[in-house]
Amino acid sequence: MNPGLVATLLKYAVMFGVFINVAPIMNWVERRACAYIQDRPGPNRVGPLGLFQPLADAAKFMFKEDVTPAAADKLLYLMAPVLALLPAFTTFVIIPFGPDLTVSGRTIPLVVAPVDTGVLLFLALSSLAVYSLVLAGYASNNKFSLIGGIRASAQLISYELALTLSVLAVLLPVNSFRLSDIVAYQQAHVWNFIPQILGFFVFLVASFAETNRLPFDLPEAESELIAGFHTEYSAMRFAAFFQAEYTNMAALAALGVTLFFGGWSLPGVHIGGWLGAIVGLVTLIAKIGICMAVFVWVRWTFPRFRYDQLMRLGWKVLLPLSILNLIVVAAMTLAGWL
Amino acid sequence: MSSVPISWYLMLAALLFAIGTVGALTRRNGISIFLSIELMLNAANLTLVAFSRQMGDRTGQLIVFFVMAVAAAEAAVGLALFIAVFRARRTIDINRLNLMRG
Amino acid sequence: METFIFLIFAALAVASSLVVVMHRSPVYATMSLVVTLFSVAVLFVLLGAPFLGTLQILIYAGAIVVLFLFVIMLLNLQKEGEAAGRRRGQLWVALPGALIFIGMVGLVFWRAGAPDLQPLTEDLVSLKGLATALFTDYLLPFEIVGLLLLVAVIGATVAARKAPDAADDSGVLPREDFVTEETARKEARP
Repeated sequence: MNPGLVATLLKYAVMFGVFINVAPIMNWVERRACAYIQDRPGPNRVGPLGLFQPLADAAKFMFKEDVTPAAADKLLYLMAPVLALLPAFTTFVIIPFGPDLTVSGRTIPLVVAPVDTGVLLFLALSSLAVYSLVLAGYASNNKFSLIGGIRASAQLISYELALTLSVLAVLLPVNSFRLSDIVAYQQAHVWNFIPQILGFFVFLVASFAETNRLPFDLPEAESELIAGFHTEYSAMRFAAFFQAEYTNMAALAALGVTLFFGGWSLPGVHIGGWLGAIVGLVTLIAKIGICMAVFVWVRWTFPRFRYDQLMRLGWKVLLPLSILNLIVVAAMTLAGWL
Repeated sequence: MSSVPISWYLMLAALLFAIGTVGALTRRNGISIFLSIELMLNAANLTLVAFSRQMGDRTGQLIVFFVMAVAAAEAAVGLALFIAVFRARRTIDINRLNLMRG
Repeated sequence: METFIFLIFAALAVASSLVVVMHRSPVYATMSLVVTLFSVAVLFVLLGAPFLGTLQILIYAGAIVVLFLFVIMLLNLQKEGEAAGRRRGQLWVALPGALIFIGMVGLVFWRAGAPDLQPLTEDLVSLKGLATALFTDYLLPFEIVGLLLLVAVIGATVAARKAPDAADDSGVLPREDFVTEETARKEARP
């Protein structure tokens, strides 16, 4: 087999291994953190500190009865959870997780897909997440699901703009779409969130909205619209949505730390070879973990935005802010400060 | 060292264009006609990119860039018009939207 | 390998475009269009335009088709009924026309032989080259397209707006007694 193909498959296996474990770990973290913030114990019966709770949840999902609504559009209803998993497990292919490895004479960049259009590919694939929401809402043949689905997709496409523009501002001084170049730039200069704090703020808020997390989780909130677009989904299909949401969160967090916090690199640390790769991967996972902890913290701290407040924030506040950020960064790049 | 002749790409584009044309001519639903038009635009884009590769000239790719932007603008305005028409006539069946007849 | 990929995605593009054109439910047709756009994006990458392939997914599949889906759901379009009368007759004209077109194109290529694709040059694929050309030689079209998009956004917003004298605030669709110029004219006619 082509050695390049083998290398790519191995890299994808590594990234896949990291991202598939996000959902069970986040399940436990979310419930324990929520309990801590709400001053109660949380799951503590299944294993020490409740650590086997995700296993119990997985078993529950597998044995629950799969109920399909009678008048649902069968094909679309079944396709929606699959479509949710698609962007979740393809967007992380452009995230670099270590310095270049040199194996038997060839240099292997530690990115699954070292393409020229790096970040743009991420944004393109994550924009496909809208379909699973809309189809789930439409196919469920349920008024609440439909409204939830439409609101979710409107929210997603509105905040996609602010997200894209804040990402674009990061690319200006680097002159490249590749995330490896962005990490190299941050190794040479300072981490991007210091000069581009406004862009980071816009990216953070937009990524809350992109992943349907509180304070922007009106489409799937438990107390609104029953359960929004995934009302009619039970057992494994709900687990698929659940997994897709957490993996999406992790992928977006990975993008955020790579763009604004140096990705796999630590300031002043330059280890090469296999050790450097392992250190890079661990650093990246640690940074993603911190970012996810912030996601959880914000979720249980803030109340929910109403739909019109949400749309107003996306279009009238975040979009102008991101354009302002773009202009400021462009000016700073031209002046030679960045 | 590509083994796919360019004529295959062009034939595929012509086939997609023909399918889109049949769709635009035979569908009753206004939105379906619109979908067929998007199909035709894509076929044209494919032809442009194929020729750009064959002639080594980047102009084809740039034209496709502009075609995509114009298609987006056209889709937005066209769908807005459909909404306006639906509001007035409660249908977008093009057989019934025939004010110009007679 | 490249032939293999081309054949798979060409077949997928043709199959899904047939579904777009023939399926009666507008939602299914729209989702098939997404599959077609994806296949065409892969073909773009094969032809040495990865940036265009990514843009195809980002703009076409990620925004334009979503807009289509929104409008379909907003207007609550049902499955299309059987084509009847004049429309059915049009199929008998359109289909031979399409076949003749494909036949002509095929004849042209059969006569011309089958020239292989030129090898990819770094210059053609590079994003930098594309961007440089866009902002130097093609700056005027670029700016005009930007203006066009602005005009389109304004036009679409105005065209899809509720009429200013609608008394209720219940959303896009009007009440039953909503009188437009159309219905007023129709009522005025004897």
